[in-house]
Amino acid sequence: MDWQAFALSLRLATVTTAILLAIAVPLAALLVLGRSRWLAALEALATLPMVLPPTVLGFFLLVLLGPRTAVGRGITALLGHPLAFSFNGLVVGSVIYSLPFAVQPLVAGFASVDTALVDAARLLGAGPLRLVTSILVPLARRSLLAAIVLSFLHTIGEFGVVLMLGGDIPGSTRTLSIVLYNQVENFDYAAANHTAAILLGMSVLALALIYSKTKKRGSVRGA
Amino acid sequence: MLEFSLDARRGSFHLQVECTFASDWTVVFGPSGSGKSTLLRLLAGLDFPSMDRPTRGRIALDQRALTDTATGVHIAPGHRQTALVAQQPALFPHLNVAANVAYGLRNLDRSARAARVEEMLALAGASDLAARRPQDLSGGETQRVALARALAPAPRLLLLDEPFSALDGRASDALLERLQLWLRENQVKAVMATHDVTDALAMSAEVLLLSEGRLKALGPAAEVLATERERIVARLKSC
Repeated sequence: MDWQAFALSLRLATVTTAILLAIAVPLAALLVLGRSRWLAALEALATLPMVLPPTVLGFFLLVLLGPRTAVGRGITALLGHPLAFSFNGLVVGSVIYSLPFAVQPLVAGFASVDTALVDAARLLGAGPLRLVTSILVPLARRSLLAAIVLSFLHTIGEFGVVLMLGGDIPGSTRTLSIVLYNQVENFDYAAANHTAAILLGMSVLALALIYSKTKKRGSVRGA
Repeated sequence: MLEFSLDARRGSFHLQVECTFASDWTVVFGPSGSGKSTLLRLLAGLDFPSMDRPTRGRIALDQRALTDTATGVHIAPGHRQTALVAQQPALFPHLNVAANVAYGLRNLDRSARAARVEEMLALAGASDLAARRPQDLSGGETQRVALARALAPAPRLLLLDEPFSALDGRASDALLERLQLWLRENQVKAVMATHDVTDALAMSAEVLLLSEGRLKALGPAAEVLATERERIVARLKSC
Protein backbone atom coordinates (compact mmCIF):
# COMPACT_ATOMS: atom_id res chain seq x y z
CA MET A 1 0.00 0.00 0.00
CA ASP A 2 1.39 3.40 -1.05
CA TRP A 3 0.47 5.49 2.01
CA GLN A 4 2.11 8.58 0.56
CA ALA A 5 -0.20 8.41 -2.48
CA PHE A 6 -3.15 7.67 -0.19
CA ALA A 7 -2.41 10.76 1.94
CA LEU A 8 -1.85 12.90 -1.15
CA SER A 9 -5.18 11.77 -2.65
CA LEU A 10 -6.99 12.63 0.60
CA ARG A 11 -5.25 16.02 0.77
CA LEU A 12 -6.07 16.78 -2.86
CA ALA A 13 -9.72 15.76 -2.41
CA THR A 14 -10.10 17.77 0.81
CA VAL A 15 -8.56 20.97 -0.59
CA THR A 16 -10.50 20.61 -3.87
CA THR A 17 -13.80 20.01 -2.07
CA ALA A 18 -13.30 23.05 0.19
CA ILE A 19 -12.52 25.30 -2.79
CA LEU A 20 -15.39 23.82 -4.78
CA LEU A 21 -17.88 24.55 -2.01
CA ALA A 22 -16.74 28.15 -1.82
CA ILE A 23 -17.31 28.47 -5.58
CA ALA A 24 -20.31 26.18 -6.09
CA VAL A 25 -22.66 27.49 -3.37
CA PRO A 26 -22.74 31.11 -4.65
CA LEU A 27 -22.65 29.93 -8.27
CA ALA A 28 -25.61 27.57 -7.78
CA ALA A 29 -27.52 30.31 -5.93
CA LEU A 30 -26.85 32.71 -8.81
CA LEU A 31 -28.02 30.13 -11.36
CA VAL A 32 -31.25 29.51 -9.41
CA LEU A 33 -32.10 33.03 -8.24
CA GLY A 34 -30.59 35.12 -11.04
CA ARG A 35 -32.55 36.37 -14.01
CA SER A 36 -29.86 37.35 -16.49
CA ARG A 37 -30.03 35.87 -19.98
CA TRP A 38 -26.33 34.96 -19.65
CA LEU A 39 -27.00 32.44 -16.89
CA ALA A 40 -27.79 29.65 -19.36
CA ALA A 41 -24.35 30.13 -20.91
CA LEU A 42 -22.77 30.19 -17.46
CA GLU A 43 -24.52 26.96 -16.46
CA ALA A 44 -23.41 25.30 -19.72
CA LEU A 45 -19.84 26.39 -19.01
CA ALA A 46 -20.01 25.03 -15.45
CA THR A 47 -21.36 21.70 -16.74
CA LEU A 48 -18.85 21.37 -19.59
CA PRO A 49 -16.22 19.41 -17.60
CA MET A 50 -18.82 16.69 -17.06
CA VAL A 51 -19.00 15.86 -20.77
CA LEU A 52 -15.42 16.73 -21.74
CA PRO A 53 -13.02 13.75 -21.80
CA PRO A 54 -10.67 14.17 -18.80
CA THR A 55 -7.59 13.83 -20.98
CA VAL A 56 -8.84 16.65 -23.21
CA LEU A 57 -9.43 18.88 -20.19
CA GLY A 58 -6.02 17.90 -18.78
CA PHE A 59 -4.35 18.70 -22.11
CA PHE A 60 -6.01 22.13 -22.37
CA LEU A 61 -4.98 22.94 -18.79
CA LEU A 62 -1.46 21.71 -19.42
CA VAL A 63 -1.14 24.05 -22.39
CA LEU A 64 -2.90 26.93 -20.60
CA LEU A 65 -0.74 26.68 -17.49
CA GLY A 66 2.46 26.01 -19.42
CA PRO A 67 5.07 28.48 -20.73
CA ARG A 68 3.37 28.85 -24.12
CA THR A 69 0.55 31.09 -22.87
CA ALA A 70 0.51 34.47 -21.15
CA VAL A 71 -1.55 32.95 -18.32
CA GLY A 72 1.02 30.23 -17.73
CA ARG A 73 3.93 32.67 -17.91
CA GLY A 74 2.13 35.05 -15.53
CA ILE A 75 1.49 32.30 -12.98
CA THR A 76 5.10 31.10 -13.24
CA ALA A 77 6.35 34.65 -12.66
CA LEU A 78 4.00 35.03 -9.70
CA LEU A 79 4.72 31.70 -7.99
CA GLY A 80 8.28 31.22 -9.09
CA HIS A 81 7.43 27.85 -10.63
CA PRO A 82 4.92 26.56 -13.21
CA LEU A 83 1.60 25.16 -11.98
CA ALA A 84 1.80 22.15 -14.25
CA PHE A 85 3.38 19.08 -12.60
CA SER A 86 2.79 20.46 -9.09
CA PHE A 87 0.24 19.78 -6.35
CA ASN A 88 -1.27 23.26 -6.79
CA GLY A 89 -1.69 22.57 -10.49
CA LEU A 90 -3.56 19.37 -9.63
CA VAL A 91 -5.85 21.36 -7.33
CA VAL A 92 -6.66 23.79 -10.17
CA GLY A 93 -7.35 20.90 -12.54
CA SER A 94 -9.43 19.02 -9.96
CA VAL A 95 -11.53 22.06 -9.13
CA ILE A 96 -12.38 22.59 -12.81
CA TYR A 97 -12.91 18.88 -13.47
CA SER A 98 -15.19 18.32 -10.46
CA LEU A 99 -17.05 21.64 -10.68
CA PRO A 100 -20.25 20.15 -12.21
CA PHE A 101 -20.38 17.49 -9.50
CA ALA A 102 -20.56 20.21 -6.87
CA VAL A 103 -22.77 22.66 -8.79
CA GLN A 104 -25.42 20.31 -10.17
CA PRO A 105 -26.68 18.83 -6.84
CA LEU A 106 -26.74 22.31 -5.34
CA VAL A 107 -28.67 23.76 -8.28
CA ALA A 108 -31.20 20.92 -7.96
CA GLY A 109 -31.43 21.42 -4.19
CA PHE A 110 -31.78 25.20 -4.31
CA ALA A 111 -34.32 25.00 -7.14
CA SER A 112 -36.47 22.66 -5.06
CA VAL A 113 -36.82 25.25 -2.28
CA ASP A 114 -40.30 26.78 -2.48
CA THR A 115 -40.08 30.21 -4.15
CA ALA A 116 -42.66 31.48 -1.65
CA LEU A 117 -40.03 31.01 1.09
CA VAL A 118 -37.49 32.95 -0.94
CA ASP A 119 -40.04 35.74 -1.51
CA ALA A 120 -40.91 35.79 2.21
CA ALA A 121 -37.23 36.13 3.15
CA ARG A 122 -36.70 38.92 0.59
CA LEU A 123 -39.74 40.77 1.95
CA LEU A 124 -38.24 40.52 5.42
CA GLY A 125 -35.05 42.19 4.22
CA ALA A 126 -32.79 39.24 3.41
CA GLY A 127 -30.08 40.13 0.90
CA PRO A 128 -28.50 37.51 -1.39
CA LEU A 129 -25.94 36.35 1.22
CA ARG A 130 -28.50 35.89 4.00
CA LEU A 131 -30.93 34.26 1.58
CA VAL A 132 -28.31 31.65 0.75
CA THR A 133 -27.03 31.06 4.28
CA SER A 134 -30.32 31.19 6.19
CA ILE A 135 -32.80 29.71 3.70
CA LEU A 136 -31.29 27.91 0.71
CA VAL A 137 -28.43 26.04 2.39
CA PRO A 138 -30.38 24.85 5.47
CA LEU A 139 -33.30 23.72 3.33
CA ALA A 140 -31.04 21.98 0.80
CA ARG A 141 -28.77 20.24 3.34
CA ARG A 142 -29.00 16.90 1.58
CA SER A 143 -27.93 18.46 -1.71
CA LEU A 144 -25.02 20.11 0.07
CA LEU A 145 -23.96 16.75 1.48
CA ALA A 146 -24.30 15.18 -1.97
CA ALA A 147 -22.17 17.97 -3.47
CA ILE A 148 -19.47 17.44 -0.82
CA VAL A 149 -19.38 13.66 -1.20
CA LEU A 150 -19.51 13.65 -5.01
CA SER A 151 -16.78 16.32 -5.29
CA PHE A 152 -14.57 14.44 -2.84
CA LEU A 153 -15.02 11.04 -4.48
CA HIS A 154 -14.72 12.39 -7.99
CA THR A 155 -11.41 13.99 -7.08
CA ILE A 156 -10.16 10.84 -5.32
CA GLY A 157 -10.89 8.78 -8.42
CA GLU A 158 -9.78 11.17 -11.16
CA PHE A 159 -7.09 9.90 -13.46
CA GLY A 160 -6.96 11.56 -16.87
CA VAL A 161 -6.57 15.13 -15.65
CA VAL A 162 -4.06 14.08 -12.97
CA LEU A 163 -1.89 12.18 -15.43
CA MET A 164 -1.97 14.92 -18.07
CA LEU A 165 -1.46 17.85 -15.74
CA GLY A 166 0.52 16.35 -12.89
CA GLY A 167 2.34 13.40 -14.30
CA ASP A 168 3.62 10.88 -11.77
CA ILE A 169 5.78 12.60 -9.18
CA PRO A 170 5.86 10.75 -5.82
CA GLY A 171 4.70 12.92 -2.93
CA SER A 172 3.67 15.72 -5.25
CA THR A 173 1.30 14.47 -7.96
CA ARG A 174 1.19 10.67 -7.61
CA THR A 175 -2.33 9.89 -6.42
CA LEU A 176 -3.95 6.51 -5.70
CA SER A 177 -5.41 6.24 -9.19
CA ILE A 178 -1.93 6.77 -10.70
CA VAL A 179 -0.54 4.14 -8.31
CA LEU A 180 -3.26 1.72 -9.48
CA TYR A 181 -2.36 2.41 -13.12
CA ASN A 182 1.33 1.80 -12.40
CA GLN A 183 0.56 -1.45 -10.55
CA VAL A 184 -1.50 -2.76 -13.48
CA GLU A 185 1.21 -1.73 -15.94
CA ASN A 186 3.73 -3.69 -13.86
CA PHE A 187 1.39 -6.73 -13.76
CA ASP A 188 1.26 -6.43 -9.94
CA TYR A 189 -2.38 -7.45 -9.77
CA ALA A 190 -2.35 -8.28 -6.05
CA ALA A 191 -1.31 -4.74 -5.17
CA ALA A 192 -3.67 -3.32 -7.80
CA ASN A 193 -6.48 -5.32 -6.28
CA HIS A 194 -5.67 -3.86 -2.87
CA THR A 195 -5.58 -0.27 -4.18
CA ALA A 196 -8.79 -0.73 -6.18
CA ALA A 197 -10.51 -2.20 -3.10
CA ILE A 198 -9.60 0.89 -1.07
CA LEU A 199 -10.99 3.22 -3.76
CA LEU A 200 -14.13 1.10 -4.04
CA GLY A 201 -14.59 0.96 -0.24
CA MET A 202 -14.32 4.74 0.07
CA SER A 203 -16.93 5.22 -2.65
CA VAL A 204 -19.39 2.75 -1.14
CA LEU A 205 -18.94 4.26 2.33
CA ALA A 206 -19.55 7.81 1.11
CA LEU A 207 -22.61 6.86 -0.94
CA ALA A 208 -24.00 4.91 2.03
CA LEU A 209 -23.63 8.09 4.08
CA ILE A 210 -25.76 10.05 1.57
CA TYR A 211 -28.43 7.36 1.38
CA SER A 212 -28.57 6.91 5.16
CA LYS A 213 -29.35 10.61 5.48
CA THR A 214 -32.09 10.21 2.87
CA LYS A 215 -33.54 7.28 4.76
CA LYS A 216 -33.54 9.17 8.08
CA ARG A 217 -35.54 11.99 6.49
CA GLY A 218 -37.98 9.50 5.01
CA SER A 219 -38.56 7.76 8.33
CA VAL A 220 -39.14 11.08 10.13
CA ARG A 221 -41.66 12.06 7.50
CA GLY A 222 -43.46 8.78 7.74
CA ALA A 223 -43.64 8.90 11.54
CA MET B 1 -51.50 57.76 0.36
CA LEU B 2 -50.72 54.87 -1.96
CA GLU B 3 -50.65 55.71 -5.67
CA PHE B 4 -49.93 53.31 -8.47
CA SER B 5 -50.16 52.97 -12.19
CA LEU B 6 -49.32 49.49 -13.44
CA ASP B 7 -49.24 47.67 -16.74
CA ALA B 8 -48.11 44.08 -16.26
CA ARG B 9 -48.34 40.98 -18.41
CA ARG B 10 -48.19 37.45 -17.00
CA GLY B 11 -48.60 35.07 -19.92
CA SER B 12 -52.05 35.74 -21.37
CA PHE B 13 -53.12 37.74 -18.30
CA HIS B 14 -52.87 41.52 -18.52
CA LEU B 15 -53.16 43.72 -15.45
CA GLN B 16 -53.73 47.39 -16.17
CA VAL B 17 -54.72 49.57 -13.22
CA GLU B 18 -54.17 53.15 -12.20
CA CYS B 19 -55.53 54.50 -8.94
CA THR B 20 -54.91 56.19 -5.60
CA PHE B 21 -55.83 54.73 -2.24
CA ALA B 22 -56.66 57.60 0.10
CA SER B 23 -58.08 55.45 2.87
CA ASP B 24 -55.92 53.69 5.48
CA TRP B 25 -57.73 50.42 4.83
CA THR B 26 -58.57 49.39 1.29
CA VAL B 27 -60.13 46.15 0.14
CA VAL B 28 -59.29 44.84 -3.31
CA PHE B 29 -62.32 42.82 -4.28
CA GLY B 30 -62.72 40.59 -7.29
CA PRO B 31 -63.29 37.01 -8.37
CA SER B 32 -60.49 34.46 -8.51
CA GLY B 33 -58.18 35.27 -11.42
CA SER B 34 -59.06 38.97 -11.48
CA GLY B 35 -55.47 39.97 -10.66
CA LYS B 36 -55.66 40.63 -6.91
CA SER B 37 -52.60 38.56 -5.98
CA THR B 38 -50.62 39.90 -8.95
CA LEU B 39 -51.42 43.45 -7.88
CA LEU B 40 -50.34 42.78 -4.30
CA ARG B 41 -47.08 41.13 -5.41
CA LEU B 42 -46.28 44.10 -7.61
CA LEU B 43 -47.02 46.54 -4.78
CA ALA B 44 -44.72 44.45 -2.55
CA GLY B 45 -41.93 44.85 -5.09
CA LEU B 46 -41.79 41.18 -6.08
CA ASP B 47 -41.42 40.28 -9.80
CA PHE B 48 -39.86 43.70 -10.47
CA PRO B 49 -37.92 44.09 -12.69
CA SER B 50 -38.22 40.87 -14.62
CA MET B 51 -37.21 39.89 -18.10
CA ASP B 52 -39.89 37.23 -18.47
CA ARG B 53 -42.59 39.26 -16.74
CA PRO B 54 -42.70 42.64 -18.48
CA THR B 55 -44.09 45.34 -16.27
CA ARG B 56 -44.28 49.09 -16.60
CA GLY B 57 -45.51 51.53 -14.04
CA ARG B 58 -45.06 53.57 -10.93
CA ILE B 59 -45.83 52.89 -7.26
CA ALA B 60 -45.53 55.63 -4.65
CA LEU B 61 -46.29 55.55 -0.94
CA ASP B 62 -46.82 58.95 0.67
CA GLN B 63 -45.23 60.56 -2.39
CA ARG B 64 -42.07 58.45 -2.14
CA ALA B 65 -41.50 56.42 -5.31
CA LEU B 66 -41.07 52.74 -4.50
CA THR B 67 -41.00 51.73 -8.13
CA ASP B 68 -40.84 53.82 -11.28
CA THR B 69 -39.86 51.97 -14.42
CA ALA B 70 -39.59 55.24 -16.37
CA THR B 71 -36.75 56.48 -14.17
CA GLY B 72 -35.37 53.04 -13.27
CA VAL B 73 -36.31 53.34 -9.59
CA HIS B 74 -37.03 50.10 -7.82
CA ILE B 75 -36.64 49.72 -4.10
CA ALA B 76 -36.02 46.06 -3.24
CA PRO B 77 -38.84 44.20 -1.43
CA GLY B 78 -37.12 44.18 1.96
CA HIS B 79 -36.36 47.89 1.87
CA ARG B 80 -39.69 49.46 0.95
CA GLN B 81 -41.27 49.00 4.41
CA THR B 82 -43.98 46.89 2.85
CA ALA B 83 -45.16 43.59 4.26
CA LEU B 84 -47.14 40.91 2.48
CA VAL B 85 -49.15 38.14 4.09
CA ALA B 86 -49.83 35.68 1.31
CA GLN B 87 -52.82 33.40 1.06
CA GLN B 88 -50.53 30.39 1.51
CA PRO B 89 -48.21 31.63 4.28
CA ALA B 90 -44.66 30.49 3.72
CA LEU B 91 -43.24 29.99 7.20
CA PHE B 92 -39.61 28.87 7.20
CA PRO B 93 -39.92 25.15 8.04
CA HIS B 94 -36.47 24.85 9.65
CA LEU B 95 -37.13 27.65 12.18
CA ASN B 96 -39.57 27.63 15.07
CA VAL B 97 -42.36 30.19 15.31
CA ALA B 98 -40.35 32.69 17.42
CA ALA B 99 -37.41 32.51 15.00
CA ASN B 100 -39.76 32.98 12.06
CA VAL B 101 -41.19 36.15 13.60
CA ALA B 102 -37.68 37.37 14.51
CA TYR B 103 -36.33 36.82 10.98
CA GLY B 104 -36.94 40.41 9.87
CA LEU B 105 -35.61 41.96 13.10
CA ARG B 106 -31.86 41.67 12.63
CA ASN B 107 -31.36 45.37 13.32
CA LEU B 108 -32.68 45.00 16.90
CA ASP B 109 -30.61 43.77 19.81
CA ARG B 110 -31.45 40.46 21.45
CA SER B 111 -33.77 41.74 24.19
CA ALA B 112 -35.60 44.21 21.94
CA ARG B 113 -36.04 41.46 19.38
CA ALA B 114 -37.49 39.06 21.96
CA ALA B 115 -39.87 41.74 23.22
CA ARG B 116 -41.00 42.54 19.69
CA VAL B 117 -41.59 38.88 18.90
CA GLU B 118 -43.65 38.51 22.07
CA GLU B 119 -45.68 41.64 21.25
CA MET B 120 -46.42 40.54 17.68
CA LEU B 121 -47.37 37.00 18.67
CA ALA B 122 -49.73 38.42 21.30
CA LEU B 123 -51.31 40.72 18.73
CA ALA B 124 -51.87 37.77 16.39
CA GLY B 125 -53.20 35.61 19.24
CA ALA B 126 -50.31 33.18 18.86
CA SER B 127 -48.33 33.68 22.08
CA ASP B 128 -48.55 30.01 23.02
CA LEU B 129 -47.06 28.93 19.69
CA ALA B 130 -43.60 30.51 20.07
CA ALA B 131 -41.69 27.26 20.50
CA ARG B 132 -43.65 25.25 17.95
CA ARG B 133 -42.46 24.23 14.49
CA PRO B 134 -44.44 25.38 11.42
CA GLN B 135 -45.14 21.74 10.50
CA ASP B 136 -47.04 21.32 13.78
CA LEU B 137 -49.39 24.26 13.23
CA SER B 138 -52.93 24.23 11.89
CA GLY B 139 -53.86 26.40 8.91
CA GLY B 140 -55.31 29.12 11.13
CA GLU B 141 -52.28 29.11 13.46
CA THR B 142 -49.98 29.35 10.47
CA GLN B 143 -51.85 32.42 9.23
CA ARG B 144 -51.63 34.05 12.66
CA VAL B 145 -47.85 33.48 12.78
CA ALA B 146 -47.46 34.77 9.22
CA LEU B 147 -49.25 37.95 10.23
CA ALA B 148 -47.04 38.38 13.31
CA ARG B 149 -43.91 37.87 11.19
CA ALA B 150 -45.06 40.40 8.58
CA LEU B 151 -45.85 43.07 11.19
CA ALA B 152 -42.70 42.59 13.28
CA PRO B 153 -40.37 44.82 11.20
CA ALA B 154 -42.91 47.70 11.51
CA PRO B 155 -43.97 48.16 7.88
CA ARG B 156 -45.68 51.28 6.63
CA LEU B 157 -47.82 49.33 4.21
CA LEU B 158 -49.39 45.96 4.98
CA LEU B 159 -50.64 43.84 2.08
CA LEU B 160 -52.99 41.00 2.98
CA ASP B 161 -53.93 38.37 0.41
CA GLU B 162 -56.98 36.57 1.81
CA PRO B 163 -54.99 36.23 5.02
CA PHE B 164 -57.60 34.69 7.31
CA SER B 165 -59.17 32.13 5.00
CA ALA B 166 -58.25 29.29 7.38
CA LEU B 167 -59.74 30.97 10.47
CA ASP B 168 -63.36 30.54 11.47
CA GLY B 169 -65.62 33.58 11.28
CA ARG B 170 -65.50 34.55 14.96
CA ALA B 171 -61.72 34.15 15.27
CA SER B 172 -61.22 36.04 12.04
CA ASP B 173 -63.43 38.94 13.18
CA ALA B 174 -61.66 39.20 16.55
CA LEU B 175 -58.23 39.18 14.93
CA LEU B 176 -59.27 41.70 12.31
CA GLU B 177 -60.59 44.05 14.98
CA ARG B 178 -57.32 43.90 16.96
CA LEU B 179 -55.31 44.29 13.77
CA GLN B 180 -57.25 47.34 12.57
CA LEU B 181 -56.81 49.03 15.94
CA TRP B 182 -53.06 48.30 15.93
CA LEU B 183 -52.67 49.55 12.37
CA ARG B 184 -54.47 52.79 13.22
CA GLU B 185 -52.32 53.35 16.31
CA ASN B 186 -49.14 52.70 14.35
CA GLN B 187 -50.27 54.59 11.23
CA VAL B 188 -49.85 51.61 8.94
CA LYS B 189 -51.87 51.50 5.72
CA ALA B 190 -53.41 48.19 4.74
CA VAL B 191 -54.59 46.74 1.47
CA MET B 192 -56.49 43.47 1.72
CA ALA B 193 -57.41 41.28 -1.23
CA THR B 194 -60.52 39.12 -0.95
CA HIS B 195 -63.04 37.41 -3.17
CA ASP B 196 -65.52 37.17 -0.28
CA VAL B 197 -68.12 39.90 -0.64
CA THR B 198 -69.24 39.61 2.99
CA ASP B 199 -65.65 40.29 4.12
CA ALA B 200 -65.49 43.33 1.89
CA LEU B 201 -68.85 44.67 3.05
CA ALA B 202 -68.20 43.95 6.74
CA MET B 203 -65.14 46.17 6.80
CA SER B 204 -67.00 49.17 5.35
CA ALA B 205 -63.70 50.25 3.85
CA GLU B 206 -62.66 51.78 0.58
CA VAL B 207 -63.09 49.08 -2.07
CA LEU B 208 -61.30 48.61 -5.37
CA LEU B 209 -63.34 46.38 -7.63
CA LEU B 210 -61.09 44.44 -9.95
CA SER B 211 -62.20 42.33 -12.89
CA GLU B 212 -59.97 40.61 -15.47
CA GLY B 213 -57.06 42.83 -14.53
CA ARG B 214 -58.97 46.09 -14.93
CA LEU B 215 -60.28 48.56 -12.36
CA LYS B 216 -64.09 48.55 -12.46
CA ALA B 217 -64.82 50.83 -9.51
CA LEU B 218 -63.19 52.50 -6.53
CA GLY B 219 -65.07 53.98 -3.59
CA PRO B 220 -66.94 53.21 -0.35
CA ALA B 221 -67.92 49.55 0.05
CA ALA B 222 -71.64 50.36 0.23
CA GLU B 223 -71.49 52.05 -3.21
CA VAL B 224 -69.04 49.83 -5.06
CA LEU B 225 -70.61 46.61 -3.84
CA ALA B 226 -74.25 47.75 -3.91
CA THR B 227 -75.20 45.17 -6.56
CA GLU B 228 -73.44 42.39 -4.66
CA ARG B 229 -75.16 43.42 -1.45
CA GLU B 230 -78.60 43.39 -3.12
CA ARG B 231 -77.86 39.94 -4.52
CA ILE B 232 -77.03 38.62 -1.05
CA VAL B 233 -80.08 40.25 0.56
CA ALA B 234 -82.35 38.82 -2.17
CA ARG B 235 -80.87 35.36 -1.62
CA LEU B 236 -81.39 35.60 2.15
CA LYS B 237 -85.00 36.71 1.67
CA SER B 238 -85.73 33.79 -0.61
CA CYS B 239 -84.54 31.32 2.06
